Amino acid sequence: MQILPFIVVVWILAVGLYGIVTSRHLVHLIVCLIVVQSSTYVLLLGVGYKTGAVAPYFFDVPNHTPAVDPVVQALALTDVVVEAAVSALLLAFAIQAHKRFGTLDPHELAQLKG
Amino acid sequence: MVAVVTPYTTATGLMDTLQVTVLVLVALGATAVVLTRDPVRQVIVLSVYGILLAVLFLAFQAPDVTLSELTVGAVALPILLLLTLAKVRGREK
Amino acid sequence: MTPGQRRWLFLAAMACLAVFLVWGLAGLPGFGNYPGPYGDIINRIAVGQTNATGVVSAINFEYRGFDTVGEEFILFAAAAGVATVLRQLRGEREGADRDEAAGREQVPTSKAVAAVALVLTGPAVVMGWYLASHAQTSPSGGFQGGVVLATAFVLVYLAGQFLSFERISPVDLTDAVEALGAGGFAAVGIAAVIMGLPYLQNFLPLGTVPGAVSSSGTIALISFFVGVEVAAAFVLIVGELLDQTLLVREGSG
Repeated sequence: MQILPFIVVVWILAVGLYGIVTSRHLVHLIVCLIVVQSSTYVLLLGVGYKTGAVAPYFFDVPNHTPAVDPVVQALALTDVVVEAAVSALLLAFAIQAHKRFGTLDPHELAQLKG
Repeated sequence: MVAVVTPYTTATGLMDTLQVTVLVLVALGATAVVLTRDPVRQVIVLSVYGILLAVLFLAFQAPDVTLSELTVGAVALPILLLLTLAKVRGREK
Repeated sequence: MTPGQRRWLFLAAMACLAVFLVWGLAGLPGFGNYPGPYGDIINRIAVGQTNATGVVSAINFEYRGFDTVGEEFILFAAAAGVATVLRQLRGEREGADRDEAAGREQVPTSKAVAAVALVLTGPAVVMGWYLASHAQTSPSGGFQGGVVLATAFVLVYLAGQFLSFERISPVDLTDAVEALGAGGFAAVGIAAVIMGLPYLQNFLPLGTVPGAVSSSGTIALISFFVGVEVAAAFVLIVGELLDQTLLVREGSG
């Protein structure tokens, strides 16, 4: 239990990279990239967790209740939304690639020149 | 670590079981997303994976990240992906 | 290199990387034994210093507000990038407002989808504003509220047609609103500099009750601007993608 979340992080990273390397469709590749990014969220939140603590919101619990680390939550929060915008940019590139070369297969795209 | 008692606390053993279960489900979900080769089906599996991740973040006591992951991973990303696939398919016909 | 060889090479390299990663992560204090002082200190003093009970939002918009400015501009740049990449290339001319899938059999939107989308648009807008304005009390904030607001616009597209979507979010207006949001955030920081304080220092009155909507000074204001900017960015991206699907076509010469 002490190390299970980190093993899951490494597994998700490995599986996502495998998907990127063996992908035959650009949109499938982008979704595998999203999976790789999600492994970092699990890592961030796993580092900051305290057994038996509550969420760091003191609206309805007394002020000095032991709470989990809020800094990594702040990092993961903005990370999630920014990832979506960057994926949108990648998708725009995929559309343009399809317009110019007529194919979305990365193996075929690598052989075209210009 | 002594468990703190609030109106929302559950027993530590219960929380541990929940976390372990959802971690295993997330690992299986990531494998399923990668092994689905057809892009349209993969978008639906990605949506389910996003919801699983949101439950995991809730079990890690991070409700803010849960909200973000729910709106982005289960709604905004599938919209963008499906629009791209529609554009690409329309050109192939 | 054939795909099979590529796959075996990747598996060998990934095995080495996985061993090193697990070895490194096993050196951490373990799951559930967070030792670091920074999180505990912030939990103890945040409510007293900023009158905000949502500590994560206080970190995002005040203690580490400078990082958030940077991330918001990443969003801004990504939306601008999508608009630039998907602009009309030379050789493509915007035809009449005709559906590109004219040759494809058009499946009409089912009445169930249109009805549900119509009913959910209002609650989505309300939910988005609620999330964007309550950053300092409970789990919410500008980023989540902005995405929910953008979803409301997409629901309009689902309930009707693309042209009604375009009528309520013309590209110029969306561009202006996004710039207003991003600029507003930076302007709040500059307003602090004009008053002689460091950039992005909290200079508005902090309110009396911790966790009320009017408390915590600039945190609420910044969260509002961030919500507006994120909503406009996503509406712009979705609008560009829809535009591509329906209106741009190849020029004939």
